Amino acid sequence: MKKSYKIEVDCANCANKMEEAARRTPGVKDAVVNFMMLKMNVEFEDGQDAKAVMQAVRANCKKVEDDCEIYL
Amino acid sequence: MQNLIVDGLLAAVILGAVVLMGVGAKPGSGMTKKQKTMLRRILAASALLLALQLVPEGVFAALGTRAFSFGWCLRLALYLADYLIIGYDILLKAAKGIKNRQVFDECFLMALATVGAFALALYENSGDYTEAIAVMLFYQVGEWFQSYAVGKSRRSITELMDIRPDYANVEQDGKLVQVDPDEVPVGGVIVVQPGEKVPIDGRVEEGASSLNTAALTGESLPRDVQPGAEVISGCINLTGVLKIRTTKEFGESTVSKILDLVENASSRKSRSEDFISKFARVYTPAVVGAALALAVLPPLVRVLALGLAPGWETWVYRALTFLVISCPCALVISIPLSFFAGIGGASSAGVLVKGSNYLETLSEAKIVVFDKTGTLTKGVFEVCGIHHSTMESERLLEYAALAESASSHPISKSIRRAWGREIDRSRVKNIREVSGGGVVAEVDGVEVAAGNDKLMESVGVTPIACRSVGTIVHMAVGGQYAGHILIADVEKPTAKEAVRALKAAGVRRTVMLTGDSAKVAERVAADLGVDEVHAELLPADKVAQVEALLKAKSGREKLAFVGDGINDAPVLRRADIGIAMGAMGSDAAIEAADVVLMDDDPLKIAKAVKISRKCLSIVYQNIVFAIGVKLACLALGALGVAGMWLAIFADVGVMVLAVLNAVRALFVKNL
Repeated sequence: MKKSYKIEVDCANCANKMEEAARRTPGVKDAVVNFMMLKMNVEFEDGQDAKAVMQAVRANCKKVEDDCEIYL
Repeated sequence: MQNLIVDGLLAAVILGAVVLMGVGAKPGSGMTKKQKTMLRRILAASALLLALQLVPEGVFAALGTRAFSFGWCLRLALYLADYLIIGYDILLKAAKGIKNRQVFDECFLMALATVGAFALALYENSGDYTEAIAVMLFYQVGEWFQSYAVGKSRRSITELMDIRPDYANVEQDGKLVQVDPDEVPVGGVIVVQPGEKVPIDGRVEEGASSLNTAALTGESLPRDVQPGAEVISGCINLTGVLKIRTTKEFGESTVSKILDLVENASSRKSRSEDFISKFARVYTPAVVGAALALAVLPPLVRVLALGLAPGWETWVYRALTFLVISCPCALVISIPLSFFAGIGGASSAGVLVKGSNYLETLSEAKIVVFDKTGTLTKGVFEVCGIHHSTMESERLLEYAALAESASSHPISKSIRRAWGREIDRSRVKNIREVSGGGVVAEVDGVEVAAGNDKLMESVGVTPIACRSVGTIVHMAVGGQYAGHILIADVEKPTAKEAVRALKAAGVRRTVMLTGDSAKVAERVAADLGVDEVHAELLPADKVAQVEALLKAKSGREKLAFVGDGINDAPVLRRADIGIAMGAMGSDAAIEAADVVLMDDDPLKIAKAVKISRKCLSIVYQNIVFAIGVKLACLALGALGVAGMWLAIFADVGVMVLAVLNAVRALFVKNL
């Protein structure tokens, strides 16, 4: 399952860090951050609850870049 | 001297900040609240710093220079206040970074560098706190500029691509009502007024108008539509009111598909982007490691091996200089921005690129393989000549058109089109189609036979063979041979120029593949200047040919295949990069290809290649330039030639230049 989320982040390197953090979150198969469109495309592993996983993704992203936001 | 430069720079920053605040105060400037706040902080901090700079040397000294004397404290307090104005958020973020164990967080490193510089000034009791503040100030100026410039270019590029219609007009009880295009069902009737965008694909029910397709094709010539004509969403209605019966849902309409494609394009990352994000991941730790080594090793060597004084201040200062340039942002920002601008620029020229990676591959295309029909030629049969005619050519054509009036064969259609007048069916009687031969009919009471050699022999006349290549329709009128009509697929007017332009753009080899006969193919290839031609191919043979070419090419050369996308899908997928043309309204083409040319002008192929080359050369310039300047700064910093000042300037300067350079990829008009 794939979903796209709007994000808010200031610098390109922070976007890369968010991408890394999202990828490392359990339940996420793959994540791509599109800094130019301010979008995060997340592919979830089968049988995962997207909402719960995204909460974890958001928390992990906040850890690497305090100044970011994911609109769930 | 240095003071003068510092004062000048501060004055420039103040001036710039004031001007930008004026810009930001206007509605629609697009400056965010965050940016405006930051601008005020930059202004306040630089004004205070300039004021402190301008205070005569003697003032603080008169109040005492010894540690903890009144003058010393006042001076420290003022500078510290200034430092906090400009850098408190960085310090806070750094603290959070420590809490989250993000050692290589850029805020943390920036905080470390400036606090370090402050501490050194305290330790040396030099009273020179300007450096720490200035480094923080210019860092923030750089960040501000980056966020502003990226936001601005993001907006202007998305605006360029913004062909999304906001509403559809629907007639309800005789009144026009604006509704969400998503709510219009298939088969519903929408009204499009002059100046409005067509929101949904459909067919014209009522009204005639001209449509501007520039947003889709980059082509400025308007297209005329009458009732019955297919219209594609995203076009702008220019002259008359149109009533359109929709044939698709909004989500399935051309405009939605294109938007989806372009918006997701920059998610597919190119090799350069991957390289840069990998580089960024090692760069910061490496620089921090080097800084640590620089702070500790040389003093130890001096003490232990050379027996000199350790000179800790010097080496710690140089290490702090390293930290200032440890942020890879200039690099990381400029690469996706360049690609984004390149993709945006391309789409404004009617070239849709499905991803940054494809733009990169396209720039390396050295072999271009064309499909003939529909790509280099129009794919429609046209009357190219009338030979050996015993009567006026116009009259022969009239006989042919009338005789062929009942047939739906492409050849018959092209003859009727060439004659171009209304056909009066009452003039034609006794139409007989001779299968594998042609048509025999009675026109105005005269027997007319139109067809191939066999038909001519069967009606008892001897045809004259034609030297030209194409389909020949021989004519016999009243039992006498009356000449023949040559019908052929014609080259697109820009095809020759397109092949030449590709060569000029650095394509090494051009190849044409076709299912057509060898004779026709060779003539077209010779006309257009294509290097190599393979004819009489079945679709599967085309794949085999492309595979052979792929095998034969060397190293990093890439092979592009250009087709009309309808029956070339397997080949489009097999090639390194598949380009579909004339894709307006063709879903299959948009699906299968990596690059989609909205109209069917072959010159656009060369344009697409040129756009990709320009974009990639900007990407490489930025990579080399940014890495080069960073490395030079590191080297000069280690040697003690460049201080923190120069480091922060180089860093911010490189970023500004890289961002400005990236935006250049947007301008593709004159390529």
